[in-house]
Order: sequence, then structure tokens, then C-alpha cells
Amino acid sequence: MSISFDTQPPQLTGIGFLRWIWRQLTSMRTALVLLLLLAIASIPGSIFPQRSQNPLKVNEYYGTNPELARRLDALSLFNVYSSAWFSAIYILLFISLIGCVLPRTWEHFKMARALPPLTPKNLERLEEFNEVKTSLSSQAALDWAEAELRRRHYRIRRLPDSIGAEKGFIRESGNLLFHLSLILLLIGVAYGALGGMRADVIVSEGETFTNVATSYDSLSTGSLFSVDDLPPFSIKVEKFTAKYDIVTSAPLDYQLNAKVVDLPGAASRDVVVKVNAPLTFGDTRVYLQANGYSPIVTVRNKDGAVTLRGAIPFLPQDGNLTSIGAIKVPDMEPQIGFVAKFLPTAERTKERGGFSSYPEPLKPILDLAAWSGDLGLDSGIPQSVYRIDTEKLTQIGLAAMSPGERWEIPGGVGSITFEGVTPWVNLQVVRDPGKKFSLVGAILILLGLLVSLFGRRHRIWVRVSENGGDTIAHIAGLTRSPGLDREIKTLADSFEKGSQ
Amino acid sequence: MSKSDWAYLSNDLIYASMAVCALAFVTFTYELAWSIKVGAGAEKTTINRRAKVLRIAQALTILYFLILAVAVFSRAISAGRVPWGNMYEFSITGALAFTFAYLVASLKFEVQWLGILITFASLLTLGTAITLLYVPSAPLVPALKSAWLVIHVSAAIISGGVFLLANCIAGAYLILERMELKNDGVRPPWAERLPKLASLDHLSYRLVALVFPIWTFSIIAGAIWAEAAWGRYWGWDPKETWAFITWVGYAAYLHARVTAGWKGRRAAWLCLIAGSTFLFNYVYVNIWGSGRHTYSGL
Repeated sequence: MSISFDTQPPQLTGIGFLRWIWRQLTSMRTALVLLLLLAIASIPGSIFPQRSQNPLKVNEYYGTNPELARRLDALSLFNVYSSAWFSAIYILLFISLIGCVLPRTWEHFKMARALPPLTPKNLERLEEFNEVKTSLSSQAALDWAEAELRRRHYRIRRLPDSIGAEKGFIRESGNLLFHLSLILLLIGVAYGALGGMRADVIVSEGETFTNVATSYDSLSTGSLFSVDDLPPFSIKVEKFTAKYDIVTSAPLDYQLNAKVVDLPGAASRDVVVKVNAPLTFGDTRVYLQANGYSPIVTVRNKDGAVTLRGAIPFLPQDGNLTSIGAIKVPDMEPQIGFVAKFLPTAERTKERGGFSSYPEPLKPILDLAAWSGDLGLDSGIPQSVYRIDTEKLTQIGLAAMSPGERWEIPGGVGSITFEGVTPWVNLQVVRDPGKKFSLVGAILILLGLLVSLFGRRHRIWVRVSENGGDTIAHIAGLTRSPGLDREIKTLADSFEKGSQ
Repeated sequence: MSKSDWAYLSNDLIYASMAVCALAFVTFTYELAWSIKVGAGAEKTTINRRAKVLRIAQALTILYFLILAVAVFSRAISAGRVPWGNMYEFSITGALAFTFAYLVASLKFEVQWLGILITFASLLTLGTAITLLYVPSAPLVPALKSAWLVIHVSAAIISGGVFLLANCIAGAYLILERMELKNDGVRPPWAERLPKLASLDHLSYRLVALVFPIWTFSIIAGAIWAEAAWGRYWGWDPKETWAFITWVGYAAYLHARVTAGWKGRRAAWLCLIAGSTFLFNYVYVNIWGSGRHTYSGL
């Protein structure tokens, strides 16, 4: 690795040219430029909405500015961190780092076995220089200096009339550890992305979730992940408790009490899941990510037979959990759909219509608009479970229901009963097999950084000469770190004291 | 005392600390104006009197720091937690950390002259905090209830305070260098007692080298916390992205100094650029940005 590099490609073909490319790529300057490029390339991701973080905002952008959005999308500006150009930068950086650091590590190993450098001819020309007169013989003086330097953890090269000593090898070791650990961190990130998965599932209180791919509402996997890797646990959501500040409605605490079965047939155990305390199954963790309400309804047809019964998750719209949802009843003649809004603590004003003023169900109201016609569930086009496309439907009635109430749907098609409400939780299942490597890498990065910043590298030489009956010790040093002047001064002082 | 009493006390003390800080600023300014007026060839008695004024300003800064410390502490008691739950609290704690870094640095280095900048920046920070960013004292949302809050945020605040100090010194370097270049290496009289360019240059490097590992630690601690709270340790959230950019900026600065031997003007500019990405992260991402770090109640 060198800082300077030739800017002109040599007149070489084939292997020579490749070697030249490799040398350019693995020069430190290239690595630094790539690192700066990576930083600059990550900026657009904090300016434009990202699909990975907030797909709704990307849709909004398309809505307000379709032409610009299409152009931005063509440049992957809504998926910056998985885009080809971003990946290109970090893969090049990765290669550059490896090509830069591995040869240097090898050099460092060789140096570790080598002796300290030979004593320069003119010690008085070095940056720190000191002369001490001593009554010892020249060999005794060298013995003394050697013992003193060894005590200070210097490595020694003994020559007939001088000593070369070196310390602070660890500074370069720290530097290399730092860069090697960066590589380990990147490996952890890559392995986590390739072998990992992330899935979401909404579970209402009282329901059980079994960890198989078909249970998830959404699932994204890395290319090396196989669904056979899913640990076969199941979680029964026993009770979800949310506490809120009475004045501000700000959430104070979420707690999920659940029963976990680790393997099919095993005994269940009670667990508590909180926002900062996920459940752990090896590399897989289950997080409590969101919560809302599922109104429980029973729908009957005109003969009084039950056509739908259950807890239907609604989507929260604000901090007071005003929630929207859709109740779809295909087994009716004609099919019925309810566009619904659930208000845990209902208020109504002229301007805003119905809304919730507190997130707990103090005065729950279910607002319904009943629509009849073909719900289009058999069309094969995937539909949101929270919305109904009412374009081909006819509205047949409106109602606002309290728990326990029953509403006879106009037109004699049947009835709906609002039985009550139960909370749901969004469990996020995440597998990241790479994160332990990333963690170790990060800790070693910090360690390497501390050593390379604060380790002190000094070289000291001592040469003795006879002058009349006296021995004179010439002490000099070279350094790239602070503190050498003190080191040499104390050495000279102790020389004077110790050799008398 | 009830929790709301503590909250009121905290607010009153913030105003009190601002008043003392303003006094300190005026005293620093007076001393500076005096030194500009009399210049280098002043009599010894004048120099001694000026030194006395500087000591008074320094004492006022210490008093301001103590009052602010009690204010931040009362805020913590009123909320029943560490005072790092929203941007108002980050700002008052940040001003505290920044002033603390200055006071500690002035024990070891000749940086008393920086007081005028420190008090001015503190006044700006506290004034913005109490007028624009103020939110009533309240408990934390569930995602913030973690021991990592203390670890991650304290490391970030310390880093911010020291980065800012290093930037002030780099800025002073650039201004003084310009003056010297214009004037054949001679400084205006009032600037003569300020440290030499080389020691300013070295000091800002020492501060960055000291705090860069703390900043690295803050990012790592944040990642560990994010893994527990959000299900991933790195998600390119805007705050994470800019923390990374600041990290790269200062890493480039250290590289440029240690490996490529950059010094002086180029290094000072690089330091300022890296520092401005930190400020940008604090201001832009907190106020106008989106993402998961916006619990700030703004």
C-alpha cells in the first residue's frame, strides 16, 4: 500500500494491465476516495423517502409529482441503499480494503520477527538527542541501557557499541485490527442480508401464531434463506396491555403476555415481550412493533345463519388509535362489505366528523357503511384487507354501533352485531445470522481504533564512546507520537542516577 | 417538592443561567474590546487589570455552568429519568456538555480566550431551546425506555460538545491565519496573546482524536439498542445515515492528518466540514427530517 500512485497506465497488455488496475484499486487513496463517495452516496437516502422505510411516502411522492418520481425511481433514489450504484461503491470499497490491508498485515507479521533498525551514524541529527557522561565502562553502560529499555517494554537489538530499541509496534497492530474488523463488519452485514429474513404478522389477543411461512402477512427473505430454516415455535397472545398518559395520550408502556411453545409438542412457557425486550430463538427474534384494535363482529344472513364471526384487525390512523378497516362478507347473497371506522373513545364534531380522543376503549364506537354487490375477491387481484374498492358496489346504509348492539342491515339482507373489541399486536419476526459477526467486528473496530490512536511508537538508540577515562552515552530517538522527549529525558536521568 | 415544582424550578434556572451567561459574554467582550484598544505596548498594570477582567468572566462562566447543571438536574427529577428525551433536553444538556468541555480544557490548555465564543454559542442554544423547542416535562415513550438511552445519548452528547469545541478552534485557526497572511505574519495586537497557529492546529486535532472513539462507541451503542428496539441494528434511518457521514468525515480527517500529513488550513477546513455534518444531523434531521429518531415531541 502506498499513498502515491502513477496516474498514467503503463504500456502493458493483459496481465500487466490487470495488475495495474489492481494496484490502483488497492491504493490507500482509492480506499479513502471510495469511503468518502460512500458517505456522499448515502445522502440522497436521507432526502428522498425510501421504500424500505416508508413505502407510503414513496406512493405519496408518486401522487403529487408523478413525472419527477418516475425519473428519481429510474435512478433508484427511492431504494438508495439497495441500488446498483450504491452497491458498486461498497463492493469496490470492500475489495480495496482487502487488497490494502491483507498485504500490510503480512508485512507487519514479518516486521514483528525482525530486529529493531540499525543504529544511524549521526545520532545528533535526530529529532531528540541527549548526551550523558557516566563512570561505567562502555559495555556496562550498554548493559544498563538495555536493562532499562527492556523494563520499559522496548525490543532490543544489541550491537558492539550501540543498542537499537523499538516500542509501540502495537500502534500498527491496532491500525490493522481496525481495518480488518471493518471487513468483518461488512461480512456480517452481507451475511445477515443474504441468510436473513424479516416478516410481519398481526395477531389478535387470544390467537396463536405458528412460525411457518404461510402465517405471515408479509415476508421478505435473503437469497440464501430457505423457509426450512424457520424455527418451529408458536406464540399464543394471552394479553396485551398498553398504558397511556391521561393528558397527552402519549404511550407509557406496552406489554405483551404470551405463551411460547419452542418445539411442536413441547411444554409451553410464559413470557413477557416489551418494546425493548424481544423474544429470542437463536438467530431469530420476535419484536413487539405495533398495536391496534380488532372489533369482534358477527354477521348473519336473512335466515339468521352466521356468515362471519371473528376479530377483524383495523389499522390505526393516529395517536389516539382512530382506526379504519373493512369487514368483507362474501358468503352472502348479494355479497356485503362494510367500510368501517373504529373509535376507541368516540368524539364527533362538525368539522372533523367522528374521531377518537383517547387511545383506550373508554367509549368505543364502530362506524359502518354497508355496501352490497360483487366484492371482487375472486378476481385474483390482491386486495388490501383494510380497504374495500366501492366502485362497483352500492351503499345500502350507515350505522354507528356501541358494543353489544345489533344492526339490521337495510334491505333485509341480514344483520351485524358488534360484540366487542380486542387488541391486536404486530409481531415482527427477524432472522439475522450475520449480526454476531457485525457485533464482534464493531467491538474490535473500537479496540483497534483506541490502540492505533493512543498507542505510542518510539525508536531509541544508545551509542557509547570513550572520551579520556569517561564513557559518554549518546541517546537519540525518532517518533510519530508525542512523548518521546520525556522518554529520552527520563532515560538520560536514570542513566545518570543509576550508573553512579 | 412535586414533579411539577421541579419542572418550574428547572425553567426558572434556565433563565437564570442565561442571565449569568449573558453577563459572562459581556465581560469577555469588554476584555476583548479593551485589548483591541490598548494593543500590545500596554503598561503592566493595564495587562494585570485585563487579566483580572478575564478571570471575572471565567468565574461567571463557572457560575453559569453550575446553575445550568442544577437546571438540567431538576428537569431530570421532574421527568423521573435522564434528561435526554427530546430536543429541548438535548439542547440544554448539550450546552452543559459544551461548557464543561471548555472549562476542563481551560484547566490544561490556554483556551480561556475561547470563552467569548462559548458563552455566545451557549446563549444561542439555550435561547433557541426555551423559546422554540420547549416541551413540557413528560415520561418517555416505550421505545426509549432502555439503559441504552443513557449510554448511547450521553456518548453522543459528549462527542457533540467536543466536536463543536474542536470546530471553534479550527475556525479560530482559519481566521487568525488569514490575518497573519494579510499582515506579513504579524497578528493584530488584541490577538497576540492567543495561542500560536501551530498549537491551535494541534489542539483541534487532539480533541478530534480524543473524541472520535467516543463517537464510534455512540454509533455502536445506538446500533445495539436499535437491534433490541426496532429489529435491526442498521436501517439507514436519516439520523443513522448522517451519523455515518460524520464518522466518515472525521475518519477522513484523522487519515489525512496521520497518514497523508495534512496540517493547517486544509485540515481545519476538513474539520469544519465534518463538524457541520454533525450540526446538520442535529438540526435538520431532528426538525425537518423524518425517521425513527423523531421522538422529540416537535
